[in-house]
Amino acid sequence: MLPLSKLPIGQNAIITTIEVEESLFHRLSALGFRVGKPLSIIRQANFNGPLHVRLGTTDVILRITDATHIRVNSL
Amino acid sequence: MKRIALLGMPNTGKSTLFNRISGASARVGNWPGITVDLMSAKILIGGHIAELIDLPGIYDLHGFSDDEQVVRHFLSKNPVDLVIILLNSSQIDRQLSLVLQIKKLNIPAVLALNMADEAKRSGITIDTDNLEKALQMPVSQISAKHGDGLPKALEAATKIINQNQTPTDPKLISQYLQEDNQIEQEIESLIQRHVHIPATLTDNTTDKIDKVLLHKWFGLPLFFAAMYALFQFIFTVGKPLQDGLAWALNLLRTSLLEPIFSSSPAWLHGLMLDGVYNGLATVAAFVPIIVLFFLVMSIVEDSGYLSRAAFLMDALMARMGLDGRGFVMMLMGFGCNVPALMGTRVMRSRPMRLLTMLVIPLSLCSARLQVFIFIIAAIFTAHQAPIVLFALYVMSFLTMFLTAVLFQNQYKNAEPFILELPPYRFPTPRQIVLRGWQEVKHFLTRASKFIVIGVVLVWAMTNFPSNVAPASIDTFAGQIGLFFAPVLNPIGINSQLAIALIFGFVAKEIVIGALAVIYGLQGDALMAQMATQIDWVQAMSFMLFTLIYTPCLSTIATLRNESKSSAFMWLSIAWSLGLAWVISFVFYQGARALGF
Repeated sequence: MLPLSKLPIGQNAIITTIEVEESLFHRLSALGFRVGKPLSIIRQANFNGPLHVRLGTTDVILRITDATHIRVNSL
Repeated sequence: MKRIALLGMPNTGKSTLFNRISGASARVGNWPGITVDLMSAKILIGGHIAELIDLPGIYDLHGFSDDEQVVRHFLSKNPVDLVIILLNSSQIDRQLSLVLQIKKLNIPAVLALNMADEAKRSGITIDTDNLEKALQMPVSQISAKHGDGLPKALEAATKIINQNQTPTDPKLISQYLQEDNQIEQEIESLIQRHVHIPATLTDNTTDKIDKVLLHKWFGLPLFFAAMYALFQFIFTVGKPLQDGLAWALNLLRTSLLEPIFSSSPAWLHGLMLDGVYNGLATVAAFVPIIVLFFLVMSIVEDSGYLSRAAFLMDALMARMGLDGRGFVMMLMGFGCNVPALMGTRVMRSRPMRLLTMLVIPLSLCSARLQVFIFIIAAIFTAHQAPIVLFALYVMSFLTMFLTAVLFQNQYKNAEPFILELPPYRFPTPRQIVLRGWQEVKHFLTRASKFIVIGVVLVWAMTNFPSNVAPASIDTFAGQIGLFFAPVLNPIGINSQLAIALIFGFVAKEIVIGALAVIYGLQGDALMAQMATQIDWVQAMSFMLFTLIYTPCLSTIATLRNESKSSAFMWLSIAWSLGLAWVISFVFYQGARALGF
């Protein structure tokens, strides 16, 4: 199990835990971040910029600081 | 009158659907307890006149973002007869949550599945008939962009409206909204039974474009190149349009209005032509730029590139408490502050939007550039000129960053930075034109009164009392200049320049004209005269002050409308005046102390 921020680009993984405050949790789950869902990182912007993550049919960008609170199991 | 609300997640094409149903009749309405603009339009549906309201795009009825609160407020303050829920068919697996939340509230609803064509290309099939039965609400597939399937959806809406059920009870809704509910499992089972989603989507055009536009090293240069091209387009096409408009307005003045007022007393002539008519001309001058700006911005926004700009710029912008979309508006502010301020509406978090609006007026817009070019030509040599102008641009950026850094804790952004990257789409010409039209209408209705009154006020200050020469030291403006002499002398600004600054409050374009009136000279003669009266330190101090203090009345009017807060408008004025003075003071006294 590793934080999403450490997941190598292109590696498929499954979300295992999401430990964030409630407002962020709501937004994440509305965008498809739910425990058990598969995802992968498409790319990261330069200068330690945000991650471009693909979950099912949705592409999402989020910051590294937020990604550290999402833990995943790589497949 | 019946009331129909349009609801959906961001990027589902909600505004497109709204525009398609309402045409150009939409207007901005005021609603109890809500501080953002909601568009509404009167439409005829099943023999009833109904009011259609475009609610902000939200992810979750129970969420904490500004927009989510707006929607909750709206539903718990205003009775509605029907909600039209719009979903993006390709993302039905997660967007269905919103439908179930509305269903739990017992609000009569119809479900429209938008972008059916995109879903089809990706291999997603939706069994609408059975989904309709399972949800117990009408479901239809539509294309908001092209209008396919819309009649059927509206027919379903008409049926519900014609049933004349009692509208929702806001109090009850407010209670329901407080109860939490678990609907995740319900979504899973609905999706499993009625929707087929392939493991990998078959359409990968967006991926291919992203590989180039979001490339690790080419992404940013391409972004700046795109911004530069758009900027050039807006202002090279806009300039002749503005000039043409100015020419036409001047023609109207000399051939029609001047003769009409030629026999009237001087004060009435002045009030009507130099006051009211000039005010209207000031308002009109912004129309071509606003139209062009939003033509371009609606393409950037609707194509999905704006979210990509946020991705590319975020690493830098996050340090200032801003995001990449704010950066696009800041860049556009270098053309004209007014549309850039209006464009900040894409940022849905109010604190971040206010911070961006505080920063934009510090950008060196094209009107200020005209003043600087004139003064630099008058005071500096051809060798020095580019360095001076470059220094002013650097100063502009520095004040913007300083303001953002200083105020970022004041306007703390509570919204998480998690954005969807929608697939690339082409907006239709109809969408683009409607957007431009709506923005101009918005600017004209909200800002013109304020601007005209301001112009009349400055005209009065520079022309009264009536027995003295206009724009001279004996007018009210001159007296104000004298009154502030103890503050202005330490930054090297004499009373003539002070009067020019008061004129500059209306619009920077007229500062040179004002100097011409003040000195009673034109063009080269004015330049020569100024060169003998002020030295380069004074000129630089004057330019720094002009750069940083309040850009113009139109910007102030826009700040007030967009923030819906006079307090914020005053804060912006006070901050920019204060900052302008401090920087000019440090520069002027520093240069003098060094012996210049």
